[in-house]
Amino acid sequence: MDQQTALWIYQKMNEIRFFEVEVHHIFGKGLIPGFVHLYAGEEAVATGVMALLDDEDYITSTHRGHGHAIAKGCDIKGMMAEIMGKKDGLGGGKGGSMHVADIDRGMLGANGIVGGGFGLAAGAALTIKTLGQSHVAVCFFGDGASNEGTFHEGLNLASILDLPVIFVCENNQFGEGTPFRYASASETVAERAPAYNMPGVRVDGMDVEAVYEATEKAIKRAKAGEGPTLIECDTYRHFGHFEGDEQKYKTDQDPNRDRDPITEFREKATKNKWMTSEQADEIESNAKKTVEDAVAFAEASPLPDESTLYTDIFA
Amino acid sequence: MTERKVTFMTAINEAMAQSMRKDESVILIGTDVAGGAEVDHLVQDDGRYDDAFGGVFGLSKGLVTEFGRRRVIDTPIAEHGYFSAAVGAAATGLRPIAELMFNDFVGFALDPILNQGAKMRYMFGGKAKIPLTVRTVHGAGAGAAAQHSQTLYGLFGAIPGVKVVVPSNPYDAKGLMLAAIEDDNLVVFSEDKMLYGIKGDVPEDYYTIEIGKANVVREGSDLTIVAIGKMVQVAQEVAERLNPDGVEVEVIDLRTIAPWDQETVIESVKKTGRLIVIDESNPHNNTATDIASVVADKAFDYLDGPIKTVCAPNTPVPFAANLEKAYIPDANKVLHVADEIIEDLKKSHTM
Ligand SMILES: Cc1ncc(C[n+]2csc(CCOP(=O)(O)OP(=O)(O)O)c2C)c(N)n1
Ligand SMILES: [Mg+2]
Repeated sequence: MDQQTALWIYQKMNEIRFFEVEVHHIFGKGLIPGFVHLYAGEEAVATGVMALLDDEDYITSTHRGHGHAIAKGCDIKGMMAEIMGKKDGLGGGKGGSMHVADIDRGMLGANGIVGGGFGLAAGAALTIKTLGQSHVAVCFFGDGASNEGTFHEGLNLASILDLPVIFVCENNQFGEGTPFRYASASETVAERAPAYNMPGVRVDGMDVEAVYEATEKAIKRAKAGEGPTLIECDTYRHFGHFEGDEQKYKTDQDPNRDRDPITEFREKATKNKWMTSEQADEIESNAKKTVEDAVAFAEASPLPDESTLYTDIFA
Repeated sequence: MTERKVTFMTAINEAMAQSMRKDESVILIGTDVAGGAEVDHLVQDDGRYDDAFGGVFGLSKGLVTEFGRRRVIDTPIAEHGYFSAAVGAAATGLRPIAELMFNDFVGFALDPILNQGAKMRYMFGGKAKIPLTVRTVHGAGAGAAAQHSQTLYGLFGAIPGVKVVVPSNPYDAKGLMLAAIEDDNLVVFSEDKMLYGIKGDVPEDYYTIEIGKANVVREGSDLTIVAIGKMVQVAQEVAERLNPDGVEVEVIDLRTIAPWDQETVIESVKKTGRLIVIDESNPHNNTATDIASVVADKAFDYLDGPIKTVCAPNTPVPFAANLEKAYIPDANKVLHVADEIIEDLKKSHTM
């Protein structure tokens, strides 16, 4: 990993963390309607993958999508405004937290439907392949989503068509209040990949570098026309499933419970001289400021005009 | 019977518990209907289970503690799989209650309902029974956006072989749930999430409310308003607001939308000559349009004005609070849409 990449990763990790902590507070004040699922704790996955993508690459996201969106380069002000249901939101306030999207940045949307992204990502990869482009599509999905039929259909389809797609599982050990070890007959998600004739690797999802390296290999394979890869990232969410969750199912034995991918990366990056601690401090305070500005922007943004209820149905 | 007030959610929970006590073949299956499966600290000293969720809304809380994980079954997130299993189990001796957490997830659960459960009896020449209750949740108002707020009971109601009930209050919720579980057919029980917290009188005893029968909740001679679920409150408000003008509104709580009670609705229209139907579904091919077409056909000679339907607009459910409010039918919209017949009515009263 080079210095520039490390600085970018550290910046995005911090932006995600400050963003999510801020959303947690704002939700607590009752300023955000509906359901909000926070990404805090899983920052190493989104940033480790996205450090290798550019605007022309595609991603599909999940209900826990803020981190993916920030790392993919979505405008943070527009995201905050969207989550607060305001006019200047990325979707004009019509989608909200579960539907944050920016197709111009290759972000094909957070998704309210668990398992909704497998086929969509395969479809984006089909476009890439058919048009002869040199990009990839990445499908982020949870351990819980891996038990939907769409997982199996999506992986099989992508494999037989040799599509340039990477399936990135964020295994945070739970789907809502149900442990992965209960819900899955296989011990890991990665071990299912060979059944679909693709590599399946399991990495420490709290370690950005590990995610980064696995992604690098998968991209190489995809761009060489060799087809999809499945990467399972072992991770953990700091907050509840959604805001308001009592988290009665969490235990002291959850292995990643006390780990923080951001402090771990700061340590590693300073030790490896990718980043000085002064640089790290500066990135942290900039990220905090970026998020504070986003909140001010979102609060000042008006509600959408009522006429927009009826627009954007057809092209 | 003791008088007591409980919430809509408690009423449904109590109905499920009572039927599970009465009949060993009743099971509850769905994602996180208990939660916390195989989490050691959620097993009590006496071997009974605590739940982590008891359903995402907490509606089925406590059921796993009383009935155990053998009968309160947490599933992987695999709606097609466990709905198929529920149909298969219903065909072979169990009486499952299968929960579809939000009706919007029906895309993954539809085939077992549409092509299997709804048709087996017919295709098998009457030799199968599918005593399956599908509990699901509909409705806008919670800021849950386009994929968690739709009103889709009409979609289920359009399938031959499926009954659909939509309760409007805690008393009905309990009685209709018990009737749904007792019923030997596939019954979709669709709950409006905005009603979960409302309280009402609910007897502790086991009682059922007949599926397929509407409930006249207010009698009147001038105008019939048929309403579904949460919209019954809107109809009542319209009735109150028209009352000072001397307009007597009859409010019918449809209770069952498939098969809906044609007799009660048509009798009422014969009396009043005017009909408004309020349905939070999108405006086309829904329960309201079906009622309008049947009434236009069977009671045409009794109508003194056009039938009006008041529905959500033909859009997805928006997220922003003001847009969502504009989306949901309310009393002002009913009065606005119904202006024509109501002006006509007021005139006839002042004459
Ligand atoms: C088709 C569908 N089924 C169920 C849900 C309800 N739901 C939302 S998130 C979630 C858990 C998802 O778990 P996982 O895939 O592990 O993602 P995580 O929340 O852990 O990031 C469930 C069951 C849904 N949104 N869509
Ligand atoms: Mg998970």
